[in-house]
Amino acid sequence: MLTIKNLHASIEGTPILRGINLEIKAGEVHAIMGPNGSGKSTLASVLAGREEYEVTEGEVIFKGKNLLDLAPEDRAREGVFLAFQYPVEIPGVSSTNFLRTAVNQVREYRGLEPLDAVKFLSTMKEKMKLVEMDQKLLSRSLNEGFSGGEKKRNEIFQMAMLEPTLSILDETDSGLDIDALKIVSNGVNKLKSPETASIVVTHYQRLLDYIIPDFVHVLYNGRIVKSGSKDLALELEEKGYDWIKEEVDTASV
Amino acid sequence: MATAIKTDILSSLLQFPENPSFSALREKAKAFALEKGLPGIKEEEYKFTAIQRKLEKSITNFSTAQPTDLKADDIQNALPSEYTGDYLVFNNGTVDFELSKLSKQGYEISLLSSSQPSLLGEIAKIKKDVFAAINTASFKDGIYIKVKKNQKVEQPVFLLFFNQAKAGQVIPARVLIEVEENAEASFLENSISLDDQPYFFNQVVEVKAAKNSNSYYSRLQNESKQSLAVSNFESDIYRDAVFTSTVISLSGDMARNNLSLNLLDSGVVGNMYGLYLLNGKTHVDNHTNVDHTMPHSDSNELYKGILADGSRGVFNGKIFVRQDAQKTNAFQQNNNILLSEDATINTKPQLEIWADDVKCSHGCTTGQLDEEALFYLQTRGLGKDQAKGMLLFAFAGEILEHITDESFKNQVTELVKERLGSNI
Ligand SMILES: Nc1ncnc2c1ncn2[C@@H]1O[C@H](COP(=O)(O)OP(=O)(O)OP(=O)(O)O)[C@@H](O)[C@H]1O
Ligand SMILES: [Mg+2]
Repeated sequence: MLTIKNLHASIEGTPILRGINLEIKAGEVHAIMGPNGSGKSTLASVLAGREEYEVTEGEVIFKGKNLLDLAPEDRAREGVFLAFQYPVEIPGVSSTNFLRTAVNQVREYRGLEPLDAVKFLSTMKEKMKLVEMDQKLLSRSLNEGFSGGEKKRNEIFQMAMLEPTLSILDETDSGLDIDALKIVSNGVNKLKSPETASIVVTHYQRLLDYIIPDFVHVLYNGRIVKSGSKDLALELEEKGYDWIKEEVDTASV
Repeated sequence: MATAIKTDILSSLLQFPENPSFSALREKAKAFALEKGLPGIKEEEYKFTAIQRKLEKSITNFSTAQPTDLKADDIQNALPSEYTGDYLVFNNGTVDFELSKLSKQGYEISLLSSSQPSLLGEIAKIKKDVFAAINTASFKDGIYIKVKKNQKVEQPVFLLFFNQAKAGQVIPARVLIEVEENAEASFLENSISLDDQPYFFNQVVEVKAAKNSNSYYSRLQNESKQSLAVSNFESDIYRDAVFTSTVISLSGDMARNNLSLNLLDSGVVGNMYGLYLLNGKTHVDNHTNVDHTMPHSDSNELYKGILADGSRGVFNGKIFVRQDAQKTNAFQQNNNILLSEDATINTKPQLEIWADDVKCSHGCTTGQLDEEALFYLQTRGLGKDQAKGMLLFAFAGEILEHITDESFKNQVTELVKERLGSNI
């Protein structure tokens, strides 16, 4: 589904991603871990199409298409979804209006009829249940004044509405209490199918107790320096990153 | 030579109509205007708005425009689609009762020449602005609307100014509104260009809002790209009265809006809201002024602007709090989004506070569209232009909320959405 080859990206001339290689097949869940500042969010943003990052080398193929050639909105319409580490508050934009426009834009691109008001509402209700989203939140402006946890839930709710094939969850677990964590992971798991795949960026094993990854990768200094099974996450939880950093730093001397 | 031309322009602007009413007032106005002259850019109040130069360049026939050929269709096209209230038609500044619809329920309406109200010129004083003086000297006739004591006028009165320069290119228009004690009324205004020939629309609106009255005046400026317009809008507001002004400026060559609220007693609330969406070379200058004279009155002001291309906006917000006006609450905010590097905004709060126990806050911001928010919307599948339109509307929409008449609000909202959808 997604092939990342030797991806290099920089911001304002500073290289951040320095040769990422990753292969993701339908049905798989990949966890990406790594110390702060290692480039996890950068990778997520580059995949979603953020213009500030300049791709200097490499390629990304998504469902046979060159992803890097597409505008952010077309990537979304093709089925890429990014749940932001820090969802943006947008005063004055009504959550419901925004979602309806988004859903119908995506549907149009996929050759589907737009949802009318009634159908949209019933879909919305159904998906809200999935993440136990409070109706009241949706009558407010998009993310405005939402708590950290509410914002994260809203991300997963939007994901449920847009039905992506590849979802990238950037620290969706941060800022969630244990109950919310269960609800959100539960939502993600219900959306899982043999046709979809996810990239889950996290610092914590506790999320991976609920969303069980097929692969765990460690990102450090803009490269994937170690990959393994879900056991790698347990090992990292126990030993931290120093041993990996040492390995990498020794090898590069 | 240049001065000779300027004097000529001024004296042509100052021509009295035939058989003028209010001749004493007109004489005074003329004398003042001649003494003062047209404002050059050295004049502090007009330093960003070179209206004199514009007049010299665009206007070739400095005589007062005659009524033009106006059809019922023009009027229907100008009104909001679901509008059911009253409307008053001005044809090149001249009132046309036949094309108007006036139920006169709760209010009286008359030509200034027939009712001769002594209030005329008492609110918008000729010495305040030379264009107010020019208007006073030259207006042909005007309208006096009196909302009677204790009357609650349910439907708004819509003032439609149709402008089309033909023989002459100067269009003075004059309105006096008196909202009596405990009365409630709402006025709407739209000025419409019937073609895209240049003209100079010089308008004065005076409003007396008596004790415990409540009135709204919402206005749309969407004139041709050749039009020049100066408006002097001034309101005297008395005890416990509420007055709300909303000005939406969408198009024109150059427009200068002087808006003054005089809070003459306690318990007064004066609200001023404005939105300007400018593109091309449009220049809109909002000069507002609120005068707090007595204790315990409030003023709220919020103006927002979105500027594209080589457009220019000017916002000057004067708040005057006199020594007696203790416990004043005055709030002022001006926010702008610049969509182009060639667009300019000059924004200036001007506070003069002589009382010591007041709450006064003001602020202005100028920025670009929020790139973070734009990206966020795009990652949800919204096209870039659509996402921009949505963010810009979120910014502008707050002002439209203050238009109380639903049909007018819808009309303006549609116009604004259309403009923002194509990113202005
Ligand atoms: N706009 C920017 N300008 C300069 N440097 C930036 C910018 N954005 C990110 N960086 C740098 O890029 C590096 C990678 O940041 P990124 O946000 O991808 O890290 P991360 O792995 O997601 O970290 P965290 O775990 O803290 O979320 C960091 O060193 C960061 O400071
Ligand atoms: Mg991050």
